Amino acid sequence: MQTVKMVVTGPFSSGKTEFIRSISEIEVVSTERGIAKGTAESEEKEATTVAMDFGRITVDDDLVLYLFGTPGQRRFDFMWEILAEGMLGFIVMVDSAKPETFREAKSILETFRAYAPTPYVVAANKQDHPEAWDPEDMRIALRIEPEVKLLPCVATQRDSVRDVLLELLYTILEEMD
Amino acid sequence: MIHEAVPTGEKDAMKNEKMAPGDKKASIAFKAGKLVFAALAGQKNDLAAMLNKAGKLSDQQTSIIRERAKGTSDKALAMRLIGANYVSQSDIVNSIQQFTLDTVYNLMSWNIEPFRFEDNTLPPSDRILVPIDLENVIIEGARRIRADQELIDYLPDLDMALKFPENPKEKFKGIHLGVEEWRVVSFVNPKNTIRQIAKANNMSELEIRRVVYGLEQAGLVMLVKPAADPKAASSRRAGSSRRKRQQPVQRDVVSKLIDKIKSI
Repeated sequence: MQTVKMVVTGPFSSGKTEFIRSISEIEVVSTERGIAKGTAESEEKEATTVAMDFGRITVDDDLVLYLFGTPGQRRFDFMWEILAEGMLGFIVMVDSAKPETFREAKSILETFRAYAPTPYVVAANKQDHPEAWDPEDMRIALRIEPEVKLLPCVATQRDSVRDVLLELLYTILEEMD
Repeated sequence: MIHEAVPTGEKDAMKNEKMAPGDKKASIAFKAGKLVFAALAGQKNDLAAMLNKAGKLSDQQTSIIRERAKGTSDKALAMRLIGANYVSQSDIVNSIQQFTLDTVYNLMSWNIEPFRFEDNTLPPSDRILVPIDLENVIIEGARRIRADQELIDYLPDLDMALKFPENPKEKFKGIHLGVEEWRVVSFVNPKNTIRQIAKANNMSELEIRRVVYGLEQAGLVMLVKPAADPKAASSRRAGSSRRKRQQPVQRDVVSKLIDKIKSI
């Protein structure tokens, strides 16, 4: 049986766990831990991923796609390179409503590009948020090259997640040519 | 001090091979009846290494701190790290304690190396000593020795490989894995032997046996014979870098993935 791996990365609270949860056929094996109360992070959400999230899509008896979500907080970045090993491609999630995280997103993107020259796309998540930036404005702010796909996304909606995964696979296919 | 056992070619009174002490392999220190220090020869055992092992500092942070704090004693470094809010005092105490215990439990699994007891010899005064009651250490050490033997009996051949079961959905529910377990899970592939996974993750034979036992008992992985020549996989997997060379993925594999995702 062949297994292929894709990695979903991005800053803290950008929606990586939700993304995998929306499309995985198994209940996501998550390593979420509660965030200490009183911290700035705890005002955003109650739990954060500390090692990784793990989702699966079975294609047939011979082929399985694994989705690995990275921990968003920098202090858990020792997991990143481990998770990046052998990946077919990766998705960088960015919270469209939090421009203060764009710089971090760009930094994570560059880190993963350095791990392996694999195809990737950028997902402008939380497009349903009233303060979400337009993806093309985000492209400018994040300094994403025109040839890189920057896709609108709502990680809680399966159709939206499916479209992002498809675009990544199309990119992989194009790079094989 | 525990030394390498060097065969002398002579027999002792029990007709066993007589051993002479060779190079120093490890040292343990006691003070006022309590364990206060343990280290293996050749192993980094400064405060930065202990905090790194405990997960309080990343590899990158550890190397930066080592470089910037060259010549700084552990005590002074601890003060600086606490002052900079990198770690708390309890992080430091717990990390040292755990490092010491892990080392001692490792040493307790050795059975042939000769040791030499030196009275009133303590580690340098700049080291942070955390006293640990010996009673629990001995009880726990004995329990681990028994458990380790059971692990060896359970998995005598590390040249076996691992694979995921066909339908792990039910078994994955409610399972929370530790970092070491995730590291092993990320290498699960019938082409990788358990020995190669251990080497790639810098784990000892007992550590990998313990993790594999837990994963296998939980139904998350299955033991299988390796699918390919282990030497070929070894050169691909267990080099000086942990980074895996990208496997060539066929076009039809990507097409299959696209068809599947479209149908979701």
